[in-house]
Amino acid sequence: MMDGMGHLSSGGLVWAIPCVPLISFVVIMLFGGRILQVLGDAAGRRVIGALATLAVLVPFALSAALVRDLLALPAEARRAIVPLLPFAKTLPWIDAGPIHAQFAALIDPLSALMCLIVTGVGGLIHLYATGYMAHDRDYARFFAYFNLFIVAMLFLVLGESILMMFVGWEGVGLCSYLLISFWYDDTDNAKAGNKAFIVNRIGDVGFVLGILTIVSLFGTVSFHTADGRGFLDLAARKETLHGALGIGSAALIAGLLFIGACGKSAQFPLHIWLPDAMAGPTPVSALIHAATMVTAGVVMLTRMSVIFVQAPAVLLIVALVGLFTAIFAATIALTQTDIKKVLAYSTVSQLGFMFLGCGAGAFAAGMFHVMTHAFFKALLFLGAGSVIHGMAGQQNMRLMGGLRKHMPITFATMVAAWAAICGFPGLSGYWSKDLILGYGAGIHSYGMVIYAVGTFTAFLTGLYMTRLMVMTFGAKERFNTHEVHVHESPPSMWIPLALLAVLSIIGGLIGTPWGHQLQHFLEPVLPTAALHVAHEGVPVGVGLGIGAIVAIAAMAAGLVFYPAEAAKGEAIEPARNPILVGAERLWYVDSAANAIGIRFGGKVATVLWQWVDQGNIDRLVNIVAFVVGLLSEIVRGLQTGYVRIYVTTMLAGVAVLAVWALIGGGVR
Amino acid sequence: MFEQHLLSLLIFLPVIGAMIVATAPTRKRDAADSGLSPAAILALVAAGAEFVLAICLWFRFEPGRPGFQFRELAEWIPGFGINYDVGLDGMSLLLVMLTAFLTLLCVLYSVRLQTRIREYMVCLLVLEAAMMGVFVALDLALFYVFWEIVLIPMYFLIGIWGHERRIYAAIKFFVYTFTGSVLMLVGIIYLYVQTGSFSLLELGANGSPAAMKLAGIPAPALMYLYGAFALAFMIKVPMIPFHTWLPDAHVEAPTAGSVILAGVLLKMGVYGFIRVCLPLFPEQMQASAPLFLWLSVIAIIYGAIVAAIQPDMKKLVAYTSVSHMGVVMLGVFSFNVTAMTGAILQSVNHGISTGMLFFLVGMLYDRKHTRAIAAYGGIRRIAPFFGAVFLIAAFSSAALPMTNGFVGEFLVLQGAYLAPNRGPMYAAIAACGMIFSAVYMLWLFQRVFCGPQMADGHDHVSDLTMRERFVLVPLVVMVLWLGCYVSPWIRPLTGIAQERQTADQQAASAVPTPGGFDMGQVAEHETRPSIAAVGQNR
Repeated sequence: MMDGMGHLSSGGLVWAIPCVPLISFVVIMLFGGRILQVLGDAAGRRVIGALATLAVLVPFALSAALVRDLLALPAEARRAIVPLLPFAKTLPWIDAGPIHAQFAALIDPLSALMCLIVTGVGGLIHLYATGYMAHDRDYARFFAYFNLFIVAMLFLVLGESILMMFVGWEGVGLCSYLLISFWYDDTDNAKAGNKAFIVNRIGDVGFVLGILTIVSLFGTVSFHTADGRGFLDLAARKETLHGALGIGSAALIAGLLFIGACGKSAQFPLHIWLPDAMAGPTPVSALIHAATMVTAGVVMLTRMSVIFVQAPAVLLIVALVGLFTAIFAATIALTQTDIKKVLAYSTVSQLGFMFLGCGAGAFAAGMFHVMTHAFFKALLFLGAGSVIHGMAGQQNMRLMGGLRKHMPITFATMVAAWAAICGFPGLSGYWSKDLILGYGAGIHSYGMVIYAVGTFTAFLTGLYMTRLMVMTFGAKERFNTHEVHVHESPPSMWIPLALLAVLSIIGGLIGTPWGHQLQHFLEPVLPTAALHVAHEGVPVGVGLGIGAIVAIAAMAAGLVFYPAEAAKGEAIEPARNPILVGAERLWYVDSAANAIGIRFGGKVATVLWQWVDQGNIDRLVNIVAFVVGLLSEIVRGLQTGYVRIYVTTMLAGVAVLAVWALIGGGVR
Repeated sequence: MFEQHLLSLLIFLPVIGAMIVATAPTRKRDAADSGLSPAAILALVAAGAEFVLAICLWFRFEPGRPGFQFRELAEWIPGFGINYDVGLDGMSLLLVMLTAFLTLLCVLYSVRLQTRIREYMVCLLVLEAAMMGVFVALDLALFYVFWEIVLIPMYFLIGIWGHERRIYAAIKFFVYTFTGSVLMLVGIIYLYVQTGSFSLLELGANGSPAAMKLAGIPAPALMYLYGAFALAFMIKVPMIPFHTWLPDAHVEAPTAGSVILAGVLLKMGVYGFIRVCLPLFPEQMQASAPLFLWLSVIAIIYGAIVAAIQPDMKKLVAYTSVSHMGVVMLGVFSFNVTAMTGAILQSVNHGISTGMLFFLVGMLYDRKHTRAIAAYGGIRRIAPFFGAVFLIAAFSSAALPMTNGFVGEFLVLQGAYLAPNRGPMYAAIAACGMIFSAVYMLWLFQRVFCGPQMADGHDHVSDLTMRERFVLVPLVVMVLWLGCYVSPWIRPLTGIAQERQTADQQAASAVPTPGGFDMGQVAEHETRPSIAAVGQNR
């Protein structure tokens, strides 16, 4: 048993958390078609859906047991390293030079909390998907990928070493790619998948270079070890292999890892893949591109917080990038008409808030928002999916309206999520957003500016979410009710909605300024007070008061302002206001990325290929060949010029040598 | 009696097989006949036996023992001190395994060949024998003989069974590599004249008479000598700017030819650098490292960018080889255990991934008789298994973790980063290759397999046949095995690693490298996290 590492009664089953969905993935991937054949289509689908959902709910139960066990331990003992394979004490993955990576899990409050979120929200969304995807022709393939995503995400949060985390990191990228391009018969979907993976890869280069730097400084990839020589242990003591951990080294690692986090968590300017990712089925958007995968950057920052707090400059950059992304994406969300695009930009904006929290040094606040956001944003996406499902595939909000009458359950749950994300007092989003803004205000010398911009962004949040609600559920129907038969979704879809609505309402109560339970739970993972102290820049009561006023004002303004606009539907005139036009065109970031990445890159590649490769190098070779050809003309009398003659001669020579060896040389 | 002659058996078994195949009766097959031709069956048996033999070597090999195993030494041409000297170390073992594995799959892939199958199989088997010879020879003269023999069957494979421009490609391939080989021959002869030895072991051993004489050669001459060898190996790898034979040869070669060419032949260049240059010319190699490192990182980026826009899918895969071999050479010239392990693993991985891609492209060609990417689209809907396997190959090539491609590439990057003298810079440039590898592979996959189906509806496109599955499934297994549990494949390399580590430490103590990274230091501090199985002490 490790020093300072606790005893977990459920620790012996940790391996099952990722292995159960992994087995389910393999079974569905290999035998999914067979199951559908043997049991018939309807029964086969039920079996596959049930198997996939159970394969996430079992790990959820195990994760809950894990959290219970951790809570029973004293705070300083809440850490253990356990193998990730049954019956094997250890299985090395790579063992070369300074790299010793193995299939093992680091169990601590952060990984346990994330397991709970991933499998809990994931299980609900699996259940939802059994209804949403019920008639899709690739039902089995969908659930195989969905289970694989859960496996990869669990590897990401559980990995014992940063290399294992990277395995999960790229693994979720793979699943994201597979699920965005799930309906690959449409080229646009396939291209959206490519874009997601490639933009993520840009971030991943930063992540890999971060790992390389960590190994060169600390000589290990493990976060923590029993003898306190994991790189986080060393960094907490400000040690490296080569002496003290300097501010430059810490900044280098933090900066590189932050690039990785920007890719996965869609921070400016690497956010461009996330709105396109909405090409995937809606449960995918809910699970991967809202609740879990995109928050991986925040999880990684929190895991590395010991290093980040030793690089104050990088921390400030994290905060500013987060804040900028938050307001930037919020303005775009105000102008979009596709219901999923609004939610996508809203997600980018909320992720910006989480990075602001981390950048302020309040990593627990960032994680708190990860959790509450998982609840209400998953609910918003699932509700949007329910709407799209009921409207037979319609995603344009200008052609919706009046759905509150047709879909009462969906509407009621969406109201809960809307109130939560707007920060209505007492609901989950209220507590976490307030905490982040409070700590943001505490940032040295920029605090008040950050607080003002952040609060304004919170106001915009309320505005665009109210706009979404009004355009979808409010006013009159703007579609032909005789052609489109809007219907409420089946129970498999609305039960998850109802459960998430409850969580969206009460989920914030574990992080109120009076209890701080979540913050205390996460404390063992975070830097000690000796390394870093984050503080709130506004008094708690004032912050809560301003937050409540802003949220209610935004919701009221939206309710007053938008019904008239919504009623116009398609007839609305194009915006003239340059700010709105810019926002509507995504502030031209996507166009710029296309121009640089695809058009300019393609030109460069063509020049390299046709001018450098075929033009010059090959021409040089041909000139050499020509000169050699001239020379060979001269000696042609001696040579025939046929390669096979040379070959025959050479073979004959070898034969002669071999015969010589047999006769004269003999074998020693 | 076979116990002492396993390596000779390894070299000559395919030769005997080739002789038997050559005498096999040809018979006209009518359409109804589904049986295999005798030549195909005999070739399968021969390649299968060779593969079994390679596995036997694997199990008899003692990992961690420094030096060469299964050594055989006999006088060949005593007048010139040329010996039949063969032996196996961990690097040779991995390459021998790769060769036997890929050749067997190539034979299996080609059993349905319609034109001159007998001669085709003979070429493949002779090629296998020669490649085995290259990887086990410890005498420079013997090494050279095998090195040259490899060219001949490859020339015929491209020239006879290739596509439209096969003659041009075959001659280009031959002239390019033969130029390098001739330089190497001059180098070998000069070396013999100066030192009186062809033995790699003697020349490389510290303090042996031959090594003393080698050290006595004046520095400029030694540099030219190294240059002759290095050029031959560079062309074979191929490193920029000697890579232009590769796309042509690959595109025109038949599928099995491309697989062997990319899978094994390119590795002969890498092998040459590690087996010949590293022990014989360590200082010259160190001195030339900046040049080679630059060429490697340029190759990684350049090859990948050029690959991305190829309209011909075989050419695309060929250019990815330029990029991936850049990674291997980056590892070779970083001079530390991690990078070297990574480079050798990456060689094997590249053989598996790229071999798989060439097989898949060949199978697409068999169906639609075109290599133009634009002629495809939406194949996945018709052939889902095909699509799944292609996706695995694509991600293996793009170095996704848990596939083989990642492990080698990561170890090379790590080793390069740890190397003194701007190591981190080379690693950073090379890491950007990760982006481009995703670009070219995903873009290829999307254009061929996704999207709506072409107007002609792909009438002749079917999912993978049984024979094709037998070829591809073992490759998929290897991709995942090497990706998820690479330790058994690193273990044979530990013997080499130990030798290199001591050499590095000597070099490091002799030449202090300011700001550099000392591998010894890591070895000292590295601590393997022990596993606490919580719950057991309940």
